[in-house]
Parts: sequence; C-alpha cells; structure tokens
Amino acid sequence: MSEFLAMGGYGAFVWPCFALAAVVLAWNVRSARRQLALAREQALRRAAAPDRA
Amino acid sequence: MNWIWFHKLASPPHAYGIAGRLAPWFGWPAGMLILAGLYGGLVLAPADYQQGDAFRIVYVHAPSAWLSMLVYATMAVAAAVGLVWRIKLAHAVAAAAAPIGATFTALALATGAIWGKPMWGTWWVWDARLTSELILLFLYAGVIALRASIDDRDRADRASAVLAIVGVVNLPIIHYSVYWWNTLHQPATLTKLGKPSMAGDMLWPLLAMLLGFTLYFGAVLLVRLRAEILRRERDAAWLRAELA
Amino acid sequence: MTAPTGALAAAVLAFRRDLLLAMRHWGQVAQPLVFFVMVTTLFPLALGPELGQLREIAAGTLWVAALLASLLGLELLFRTDHADGSLEQLLLSGQPLAVLALAKGLAHWTVCGLPLVLLAPLVAVSLGVPIEANGAILLSLGLGTGILSALGAIGSALTLGLRRGSLLLGLLVLPLAMPALIFGARAIDLAIHGDSACGPLLLLSAMLVLCVTLAPPAVAAALRISSE
Repeated sequence: MSEFLAMGGYGAFVWPCFALAAVVLAWNVRSARRQLALAREQALRRAAAPDRA
Repeated sequence: MNWIWFHKLASPPHAYGIAGRLAPWFGWPAGMLILAGLYGGLVLAPADYQQGDAFRIVYVHAPSAWLSMLVYATMAVAAAVGLVWRIKLAHAVAAAAAPIGATFTALALATGAIWGKPMWGTWWVWDARLTSELILLFLYAGVIALRASIDDRDRADRASAVLAIVGVVNLPIIHYSVYWWNTLHQPATLTKLGKPSMAGDMLWPLLAMLLGFTLYFGAVLLVRLRAEILRRERDAAWLRAELA
Repeated sequence: MTAPTGALAAAVLAFRRDLLLAMRHWGQVAQPLVFFVMVTTLFPLALGPELGQLREIAAGTLWVAALLASLLGLELLFRTDHADGSLEQLLLSGQPLAVLALAKGLAHWTVCGLPLVLLAPLVAVSLGVPIEANGAILLSLGLGTGILSALGAIGSALTLGLRRGSLLLGLLVLPLAMPALIFGARAIDLAIHGDSACGPLLLLSAMLVLCVTLAPPAVAAALRISSE
C-alpha cells in the first residue's frame, strides 16, 4: 500500500494532480446543482408572488 | 427536410425537460468510466520506462486539456448558432459552457506544471502546449468577464458570442505562433508532455478517462443549461406549470 | 471626373471627419504617444543604463510599449462618437457599416498608430539599437499597429458604454494580440542582430490581411449589438 502511495518516488507530484482533478470535478457538479437549485427557488418565489417581483 | 423537431428542441420548455431527463444518462456512465480509468491508470497500468510513475499524471492532464478545447469549440459553435439564427437556447448553452471550460483549462495548466517539475526540473516551462493553454485561459476570462459586465441579457449574449467567435478564429493562429516561438527559443525539449507511444495497458485507461470527462462535461452542461433556462424564462407561463 | 457615390463616398467622409476631429483635439491624440515614450523609459530605469543589455530587450520593450499605448488609444475610437450620438447616425445612415468601420479604423490608425511607428526609431536609438534595424522596426510596428487597431476596434465596439469598459478592453484584446507580439518582436530582434527579418514580417503581413478582411464585419456586428 505504501509502495502504491509512493508512486515510485513521484507520489508528491502524482497525488496532488489527482486531488486537484477531483476538486475540479466535484466543484463543477456542486456549482451546477447549486445554480439549478437557486434558479428554481427564485422562479418558485416569483410564481408565488408575481406582482411583487 | 423537416425542421420541426429542431425548433421544438430549441424551445425552452422542451429543452428544459429533455436536459433534465438526459443528464443522468451522461452523468452515470461518466462516473463509471472515470472510476474505471482511475483504477486502470493508477493500479493496472505499468510504470513508464522513461518517466516512471509520473506519467500517470497524463490520466488527468490529457482529458482536461482535451475538455478545455472541446468546451471552447462547443461555446463558439453555440454562440454562432445563437447569433446567426437568433436562437436563445444556443446562447444559454454558450453561457453554461464558459465556466466549465475555464475550470478545466486551469486544471490542465496546474497538472501540466506539476508534471513539469519532475520532468523538466522546474514548475513552469514556456512549453508551447502550456503557453497556448494559458492564452486559452485568458480567452475564457475575457468571455466570462464581458458577459458579467453587461446587464442586459440579450446584449450580453450577443456580445460574448461575437467575442467567442473571434477567439475561435484566433485559436489556430495563437496555437501555431506559440509553437513557432517556442521551437525558436527552446531548440531541445527532451521530454514532451503527452504523445507517448502507449501500450494497451496504458492506453485504455486514458481512453476511458477521455470519454468519461467528455460525458461528464455533457452532464454538467445540461444541469447548468437548465439553470440558465430557468433564469431566462422566469416569467414564462410554462414555467409556472412545470414547477407547480 | 465624377464625384464618388455610395459606400465609398461615405467611407471617405467618415475618414476625413475623424482626421479633422483628431487634429482639433490633438492633445488627446498625443496622450498614447507620450505614454509609449514613458513606458519605454521605464525599462532602462528599472534594468540599468547599460546599452548592451538594453539592446537585447529592445524588441520586446518596443512591442510591449506599443501594445499598451495602442490599448490606451482605443479609448478615442468609438467612445466619444457613442457619447455624442454620431455613432447612432452612422448606424442609421443606411451605408454598409463594415465599410464605415474600416474607414474609422483606418483613420484611427493614421492618428494613433502611424505617429507611434514614426516615433519608434527614435525610442529605439535610446535603447541602443543600431540604425540598420530601423527599416524592420518601421515595418514590424507599422504592420503590428494595424493588427492592433483592427483587433482593438472589435474589443472597443463590444465594450462600448460599459462601466469599467477600458479595463475590460485590455482583458479582451491582449490575448488576441499575442501572436502579433510574437512575430513583431521577433522581426525587430532579428534585425537588431543583423539577420533578415523577412519571415516574421511576411507572417505579420498575412495576419494584417486577415484582420483587415475579417475585423470590419465583426466590428459592425459588435457596434449593432452595443448600440441597441
């Protein structure tokens, strides 16, 4: 296991790359979902009170 | 040729519904392909005889570099369609694509730089690929900034569409001029990123990652597109019915 | 001899009008030039007065300074016309807007680009550049400022009337101008070292041709979008 983590001495370079990729992939999903939820919430609020909006 | 299906597809209520139904069909295969690619790339693939285990960075670097260009192309095509045929949905696609593309361009840059450290001995080399990736990031920044600084939605759509198209015409010029500039100033680049002649064990995880990232982009784009449609159509009657 | 009619006449009129306006407000026109000279002065002050060293970076210095100065000059291209409503009249004139945009761009280059090009050999001398390189400097910056005017016209048409428009303009135009910077600076550098600058100059000319043909319709489209 530790041999796998060491990546032949390149662990310090390989793992940050994969971690960054994971962060970018996760961020994109999260932000897309959040945008959709926000937009839906706003639309619902407008639908509930069309005169005030 | 019957174009009714096209106009139907381009109408916001339809697109909203279809995007919602389609997104999981992109998302789940993308997730599985990426997991398989990760396992294949990190565990099954043997170490490269020249670069050792550092070559494994290719499994995230190459797909993100590929996406950085694919997303820009998607954005430019959508922008052109929106501009020429005045299809609002196309502008929504372009608006949804830009931030995704920018993040993957940044990821390609970061992983390229980290890869460069063990291969070249420095974090940053003015390598042709890295440099044109950097300029691509600037182009994304321009499109996003222009859209953000125009309040009127219609004007924002069309202005950033013009910019995206100008950018896509410029991209090959930038690409080749950077290559030319680079070969002139750096005659001997010993190890190059990417393009290793790959054996099957190394190749299939890369292909899985490339396809996985592409499908992932499709899924995220569809979700973002739905959000864009909701924001643009917030007063439409169909929306009330849809949300009720 | 018959009087010119139609689009060409309108283009000539637009060109003349812009030149005339520039001559009446020459103080405004001179600002980018002064800026150009100032930026090139910054480099010796920052790096040291040794001419041998300055000569090595002269090509880059000239080009970066020209790039920044022409960015500053773009303020004059459409902004005042937009503010006083004369741009609106151009749009409504019924003449092909791309032709008018080309005329305005040409006028802008004559007023902002050309003086900068003519000033460049003088600045080059202060950076220790040999006289023999002057031909390449004139050609490289002459072609280059043309490209910058064309690209800049697109950018400034897109950012017309926006808050913080000039900041945005740099963000939009600079990445597009990078290929021109590469070839332009390379041409001057080759000439400084006594080599033939033909290759990059030819590439630069090709880029200028591309810009002059493709930019006017893009500028016209951008102007229509920005002034609705």
